[in-house]
Amino acid sequence: MENNSRRGFMGKAFGAVAAVGAVGSLVAMKKSWDPLPSVKAAGFTTLDMTTYQEGVMVTEKWRGKPIFVLKKSAEVMENEKGNPAAEARNIKIGDDNFMVAIGLCTHLGCIPAFRPAENDFLCACHGGMFDASGLVTKVPPPRGFDIPPFKIDGTNLILGEVGPEWQSMKDNGVTL
Amino acid sequence: MAHFTKATGVKDWLNQRLAVETVEKVMMSEYWIPKNINFLWAMGMVLVVTFVLLLVSGIFLLMYYVPTVDEAFYSVNYTIMREVDFGWLWRHVHGVAASVVFLVIYIHMFTGIYYGSYKKGREMIWISGMLLFVAFSAEAFSGYMLPWGQMSYWAGMVITNLFAGGSLHADGLVEWIRGDYVPAQAFLGRFFMLHVLLLPLAIVGLIGLHFAALRIPHVNNQDGEEIDFDVESKKYLDGNKAESKVMRFANDFMSKDMMVVGIFLIFFFYLVFWNYSFALDPVNFDPADGLKTPAHIYPEWYFLWSYEILRPFNIDLGLVLFGFAQVIFVFLPFLDRSPNTCPANRRGTMFKVWFWLMLSNMIVLTAMGKLPPEGIFSTIGLVAAILFVVQWLALPFITSREKKV
Amino acid sequence: MKNKEPIILIVVIFFSLVTYYLVEPFAHGVMHKHVDSENFQYNDLPALTKTGNVANGQELIINAGCVGCHSMEKAGMPAPMDPVMAAQSYGVNPPDLSEAGAVYDAKFLAELIKNPAHALKVEHKFDESKGEMHPMVPFYGMGGDIDQEVADMVAYLQDLAVSPDEVTPAMAFENACGRCHAVGYENWTQIGTKPSFKHEKDSLAFDIKVMEYEESLTKYMGKLPPDLSIYIRSRSEDFLRTFIENPQNHLAGTAMPRVGVTADAADKVLEYMKDSGDTKRHEREEIGKMVMIYIVIFAIFAFLWKKQVWRDLH
Repeated sequence: MENNSRRGFMGKAFGAVAAVGAVGSLVAMKKSWDPLPSVKAAGFTTLDMTTYQEGVMVTEKWRGKPIFVLKKSAEVMENEKGNPAAEARNIKIGDDNFMVAIGLCTHLGCIPAFRPAENDFLCACHGGMFDASGLVTKVPPPRGFDIPPFKIDGTNLILGEVGPEWQSMKDNGVTL
Repeated sequence: MAHFTKATGVKDWLNQRLAVETVEKVMMSEYWIPKNINFLWAMGMVLVVTFVLLLVSGIFLLMYYVPTVDEAFYSVNYTIMREVDFGWLWRHVHGVAASVVFLVIYIHMFTGIYYGSYKKGREMIWISGMLLFVAFSAEAFSGYMLPWGQMSYWAGMVITNLFAGGSLHADGLVEWIRGDYVPAQAFLGRFFMLHVLLLPLAIVGLIGLHFAALRIPHVNNQDGEEIDFDVESKKYLDGNKAESKVMRFANDFMSKDMMVVGIFLIFFFYLVFWNYSFALDPVNFDPADGLKTPAHIYPEWYFLWSYEILRPFNIDLGLVLFGFAQVIFVFLPFLDRSPNTCPANRRGTMFKVWFWLMLSNMIVLTAMGKLPPEGIFSTIGLVAAILFVVQWLALPFITSREKKV
Repeated sequence: MKNKEPIILIVVIFFSLVTYYLVEPFAHGVMHKHVDSENFQYNDLPALTKTGNVANGQELIINAGCVGCHSMEKAGMPAPMDPVMAAQSYGVNPPDLSEAGAVYDAKFLAELIKNPAHALKVEHKFDESKGEMHPMVPFYGMGGDIDQEVADMVAYLQDLAVSPDEVTPAMAFENACGRCHAVGYENWTQIGTKPSFKHEKDSLAFDIKVMEYEESLTKYMGKLPPDLSIYIRSRSEDFLRTFIENPQNHLAGTAMPRVGVTADAADKVLEYMKDSGDTKRHEREEIGKMVMIYIVIFAIFAFLWKKQVWRDLH
C-alpha cells in the first residue's frame, strides 16, 4: 500500500514537471502573437500642424485608425468659452487651436461623417452626434471622441508619443 | 434506445454517453503490452511526440508564412527569423523535427524488420506504417519547397522532372504537376496546400489506421513469442503482476515511453539549438534563382538512398529501379516466406546476413547519394544500388529455405 | 534474462553516427574546398620598412590628388560627386577615407596606393600590358623616397581614423563591403542606409538611384554582387572569413577584390553579418540552455516514475 502511494506520487511529480514545460511553451506561443517590432515601430505619426486650414476637417491615419484634425475658427473658440469640457479637449499649437481625435464613434466604432454646414459629426450607424470639439451631443455614444496620445514638438504633433498635455488630459479623465 | 439513468456524477454522466471507462480500458489500462520488449518499442511514442512538435511549430509558422514566390523567402527569413518573437525557435524546431522524425522512422522500420513484426497477423501494421512513410516523405518534400530558396527550387525542378518518365517524355504531365513550365507560383501554391492541409489530414488518418492495426494482433516482442494475452492479463489483474508476461500500456509501459521520450528530447533540443545545419541546409538560405543551379544539389539525407538508386543508371533504368525502391518495402510481409517470427539473428545465417547487409548497404547508398557522383563514389554507388535490388529479389528464395526454429 | 538494452542502444547510436558522419562532415569535406586562413597577415605583400610622418602624409594626400576622387568627411573634405555619378565614372563609388586607417591593414594600404590591382588581387581583370587600367590611379611618388611617402600617407590615414578598437561592425562592413553589397534586411544599399520616407514617391526615387548605381556596378563587376543579408547562414563563418581574406583562394578568377581588412575588422564584418542574418543568436543560446536544463529534469523525473512503476512488474 505504501508502495502504491509512492508510485502515485512519482507519477504526479512527473506530471507536474511535464505541466511546467507545457506552460513554458505557452509563454513562447503567447509572445509569437505579440505585434511585430515593425508594427510597433510604425506606431508613430508626425503631423505638421501648419498645413491645416481653418474649418476644413482632414482625416489622417495613425496605427491604422482615422485621426480627425480640425483647425478651429475664432467663432468656434468663442462658443467653447465657458464650457470646461470643450476647453479641456482643446489642443493649442502656437496660436492655433485644434481638435485632434480618433475618428471612431465611441459607441461601436463606425467612422462619423463631418458636416461642414453644421460644423459637427454624425455617425450613420446609430445616429450618434458630436460637436466640433468632439463632445457628444446626441446618444448613443457614451463619451466624446478619444484623443490619441500625442506630444507637441514645435509646430509638429507626434502621435503615439505621450507628452505632458496628453498625460494631463488622461489624468483628468478627458480621454481614455 | 439506450436506457439512461440520472447520473451520479460527471464521470458517470460521461460514461453513459461516451463509455469513457471502456475506452480508457481498451486504449490505456487494459491495452496489454508484453514485458519482454526493449526501448526500441518506445519509438512509436517518440514519433507521436515528434509529430506533435511538428504540428505545433508548423501552426505558428503558418501564421506568418506568405505562400507567394515574391514573399515566401522574405516571410521565412526576415519576418519569421527576425521579427516574430520566437519565430526562429518554431522554424528550428520544425526543420530539425522534420529531419529527426525520419531517423526515428528508420529506426522504427528496421526494428520491425529485425524482430519480424510484420509477420503473422501483423501485416497491416507494416503496410499502414509504410503508407505513413510515403505520406511523411511527401509531407517533407512539399514542406521543403516552401522557403523558396535555391534548394527548394531545384529540388522542385528535379523531382517533378522524374514524372516525365524518362524516354516516355511525359512533359505534359510535368507541366500539369507544376502548373507552369518551371516551378513557379502555381507550383508553390499547390505544394503549400498539400503541406498544410491534404497531407497532414492523410497522415492523421493513417496514424489512426496504424494504431488500430496494432490493437488486435498486439505488439510483437523481442523473442517473437506468441503470448496468450487473455491468460496473462488475468494473472496481472489477479495481482500476480510479477508473474504475468504482460503489463498495462498505461501507466506501466507509458512510464518507460516517457523515459525514452525524455532522453530523446535531450538529443533533439541539442540539435535544435546547436547543431541544426544538417536539417536547415545552408544552400537554401540563398533565394531561388531559376537561372543558376547551385554547385552541389542533393536531397535531404533521408531521401539519399533512393536518390542514389536513380543516379548510376541511364534515365529509364534508373527510374524503374527508383520506383522499385520506393514500393518494395511495402511488400516485405509477402516477400518474406519464412515460418519464423523471431529476431533476425536467430533466423539462421542467410537472413541474418541479409538484414545487416541491407542496413549497411542503405547507409552506403545514403552516403554516396550525397557525395559528388565522380570517380570511386560513382562506382561504389553503382555496386550498392545493384546489391540493393539483388537483395530484394533474393529475399523470397532465402526465406523460403529457412528452417523453423 | 540478461539486459540487452545497452548493446541495442550502442548499435542504434553506432549506425546513426556513421550515417551522420558520412552525410555531413565527410561529404561536405569532399564537396567544399578547404582553405587555410593566413590570419590576415598578407604575407605576399612587402612589409612596411619606414616609419610614417603624419603631417607629411596629410600634405601628400592632398597634393597627390587622392581627394580628387575620395572624400574624407572627417577632415572636412566632401565627396567630389554623388555615389551614382561616381559609379558611372569609376564603376564603383570610391570610398571615403575617414576610417580607412582603422579598417584596412597598413601593408595592404601601402601596396594599394602604389599598385592597386596587385593589392586587390584583380590583376587578371586589369592587365596594364593590355591597357586595362584599374580605375584607381597608382601613386608614382612625389619625387622623394616613394616608400617613405607611402608610409607617411598610411600614417596620416591611421591618425585620421578612430582607434582600431572603436571600429563598429557597421563601420567595418560599410567601408569594406558596403559599396558593392546591399544588405536588405538591415536597410543598407550600396549608396547608404535607406531612410524612411513619408511619401512613396521619394522612396521610389531613392530606389531608382540605387538601381542606377547597381547598373554601373554590374557593368564594372561582370554581375551584381549579391545581397549579403543572410550570407552568414548560407555560407559557413569559416568560408566567409577565408573568402574575405582572399576571394581568389575560393573562387579563382572572381571579380571580387581582396579588401585587405585587418583580422579585427574582419571579425567586425562577420559580426555585422550575424546581426543581419542570425539576429537571434544570443537569444538562441540563452533559451537553449534553459530548455536543456528543463528537459534533463523532465528526463530524470520520467526515469524515477518508470522505476517506481516497474518495481512491481519484475
